[in-house]
Amino acid sequence: MNILYDERLDGPAPKLDRATIRDSLTQAIPDMTLLSREEDMRPFECDGLSVYRTLPMLVALPDTLDQVQRLLVECHRLGVPVVTRGAGTGLSAGALPLEHGVLLVMSRFARILEIDPEARIARVEPGVRNLAISEAASPYGLYYAPDPSSQIACSIGGNVAENAGGVHCLKYGLTVHNVIKVEILTIEGERMTLGSDALDAPGFDLLALFNGSEGMLGVVTEITVKLLPKPEVAKVLMASFDDVEKAGNAVGAIIEAGIIPGGLEMMDKLAIIAAEDFIGAGYPVDAEAILLCELDGVEADVDDDCETVRAVLEKAGATGIQQARDDAERAKFWAGRKNAFPAVGRMSPDYYCMDGTIPRRELARVLKGISDLSERYGLRVANVFHAGDGNMHPLILFDANREGELAVAEALGGEILELCVRVGGTITGEHGVGREKINQMCAQFRPDELATFRAAKAAFDPNDLLNPGKNIPTPARCSEFRTIKSASADTAPGTLQG
Amino acid sequence: MANATHLSDHDASAALAERIREANAEGTPLRIVGGDTRFFYGREVEGSELSTREHCGISFYDPVELVVSVRSGTPLGELEAALAEHGQMLPFEPPRYGAASTVGGMVATGLSGPRRPWAGSVRDFVLGARVINHEGNEQRFGGEVMKNVAGYDLSRLMVGAQGTLGLITEVSFKVLPKPGATHSLHLELSLDEARQRLAEWGREPLPISAAAWLDGALHLRLEGGPSSVAATRARIGGDDLDNDFWAALRDQRLPFFRAGPLDETKSPLWRLSLPHRTPALELPNADERLMIHDWAGAQRWLRADLDAEALRHACQAVGGHATCYGPRPAEVEPFTPLPEVLMKYHRNLKAQLDPKGLFNPGRLYAAF
Repeated sequence: MNILYDERLDGPAPKLDRATIRDSLTQAIPDMTLLSREEDMRPFECDGLSVYRTLPMLVALPDTLDQVQRLLVECHRLGVPVVTRGAGTGLSAGALPLEHGVLLVMSRFARILEIDPEARIARVEPGVRNLAISEAASPYGLYYAPDPSSQIACSIGGNVAENAGGVHCLKYGLTVHNVIKVEILTIEGERMTLGSDALDAPGFDLLALFNGSEGMLGVVTEITVKLLPKPEVAKVLMASFDDVEKAGNAVGAIIEAGIIPGGLEMMDKLAIIAAEDFIGAGYPVDAEAILLCELDGVEADVDDDCETVRAVLEKAGATGIQQARDDAERAKFWAGRKNAFPAVGRMSPDYYCMDGTIPRRELARVLKGISDLSERYGLRVANVFHAGDGNMHPLILFDANREGELAVAEALGGEILELCVRVGGTITGEHGVGREKINQMCAQFRPDELATFRAAKAAFDPNDLLNPGKNIPTPARCSEFRTIKSASADTAPGTLQG
Repeated sequence: MANATHLSDHDASAALAERIREANAEGTPLRIVGGDTRFFYGREVEGSELSTREHCGISFYDPVELVVSVRSGTPLGELEAALAEHGQMLPFEPPRYGAASTVGGMVATGLSGPRRPWAGSVRDFVLGARVINHEGNEQRFGGEVMKNVAGYDLSRLMVGAQGTLGLITEVSFKVLPKPGATHSLHLELSLDEARQRLAEWGREPLPISAAAWLDGALHLRLEGGPSSVAATRARIGGDDLDNDFWAALRDQRLPFFRAGPLDETKSPLWRLSLPHRTPALELPNADERLMIHDWAGAQRWLRADLDAEALRHACQAVGGHATCYGPRPAEVEPFTPLPEVLMKYHRNLKAQLDPKGLFNPGRLYAAF
């Protein structure tokens, strides 16, 4: 099933005339940059999942909140869908434009409005890059904890929309745990504040609801995040294993010892070789798996914990354990992990990044399942994995120029996500559903649960104008998905077994 | 996975769903009750009682996964005891207002204890929830894994919604190991001095996990590795304080609270939630030195006959809000009124998720 907007499955798209809408918007907001020529709009046709592309009807590049507000009011009046995007680093086609919609680009809202070291908060515009917040807070000994691998480029507004995660999440939480307040514009152009500068706010926790809502409930115009004191020290241990299952069990053993690492990452052989080849991080290329375990905090505690973890790793059957000697070596160890995606990308013309979360105890079963699927579909899969919190990133290697190979990669990816659901996990841990996993939502949720999601959406956007078609599938799409699944189960028994 | 067999272990979700289907057919509002220990927190509900007490037990607990799933009628004490057996805890330290306090009530009210500013709140540790909707369907949102962004985050939305959006039947939490060492201190300091010290410490990675000023002294808890707790204790000084102090503060058992939430002879009990580092509010008829300044000053307790509107105005002016716990004069709303636009979307959400107004109508605000 194609994931691009399909009126038959996703509902009728508005039939709007580009010139008319452009003229209306130009008249209503004459001081706003509005792109309508194909060559100007081409750079905006996709997000980080670049195999899916749609040229938008128009691209709006506002500079002021007043322009955003007028744009929303006008689009609401005209019935024009609005897709909001920031840096466009998302990997689930969550910011994929619509042929009949306006693409609202928030990248010009890139100011850090306030760093308050006393209150330990930063107030920023949505286009500010994730890493820029920590850089601005650094002189005060503070930082912003959630660290998606794209943090050098991704914007904080996008982080809120996707409830982005990263290496630090097991200990420091996701975006939802680190944002205390957001300013919103509704599709009707109303301004509202969710959350507060205090530790709670009266009424429903709409702040939690908006985090990860993929730009479908409102447009985020300002964000206040929590800053944390930088840990006194951070030390990293790298353990090698000759067996993936042993590495997985070591993860559980570390947690069982009462230790919550600041980062706990796992890579399999293919990912290790790719990263080593690209970065020269000092990884053991003969290992079947490595674990990177970072411990941070007060130095005396970290030293105690390093000893405990070393003992746990030895007992778990590690074939080698190395502690980074200094910050430079620590950075080198992490550089391999942080660059694992592009490193794997060098091994193949294209790669497709999955994002399922599983209970950690199912790791061995899921890796075996992925390996079987990889063989059956004839595509290699490298595994990079936030081991501490069970968030897997299988990277499917393929060549989009070979006829039909993208479709095979998609089908393999879909099966991996459905496997995650079958073992009690989820189809997305941090990248979002977007358009990419719209079909697999039908595997994870029942029709009445999806109806409740649609009801929540209708409370804020009854005409379905904000990022329509993303995140929550229509009944028609799920009905077709189920028909196809049951047909394939009938014709190929065993293919759906975990 | 730990042994999930429990003294009280009963799945009553089918019966609860049936009750809700009947209420839906008849259009009868329901008053959801667990242990009824948090009755004072919110507006009174007119409705037929729907008790969750029979729906209890831990349905899943895996200490290695750091995940526990528990039915809403389970007494909070039972859950905490089961976690303690494995050296784990609910890091947000929920208050208990009696042995009957249930997990459902804890989630529905969303209240957190002294560790809140350092560890996070109830909603921060909710991974997923099962909820029976207005049609009597049990639905599952979120899950039992640490990271899950599939669909909207309806499980966290249920936290603090006081049962107005659906009946919570089961909640999955992230749990954490208990700290390796805990030590509490009592430091004789004026309120200003305490504020000053907390501001300095707050920018350092010190193992502080609770800080409350009352009765002329800063009460401080250190938690973390034995080495750092010992070093910090030596650096900060002060007298030793019994660790039980924090449970008494959390559960409102200190003399300050003792009047009971509905003791009509006392002035109303107010909870002020304020931004970190808010200075004294200078309220007429209220002496800050007679207040409890918990959460390093971000949560303040006050017993006084004050003009509710003026108090709320003062709190809102600095970015906070005030909740009246009782005894509450008839004209005083328990929760700070919402701005008009926010109220509109609260009403919309309630109308979408509970169109007939079955669940705890009027509990939070008269409008829904």
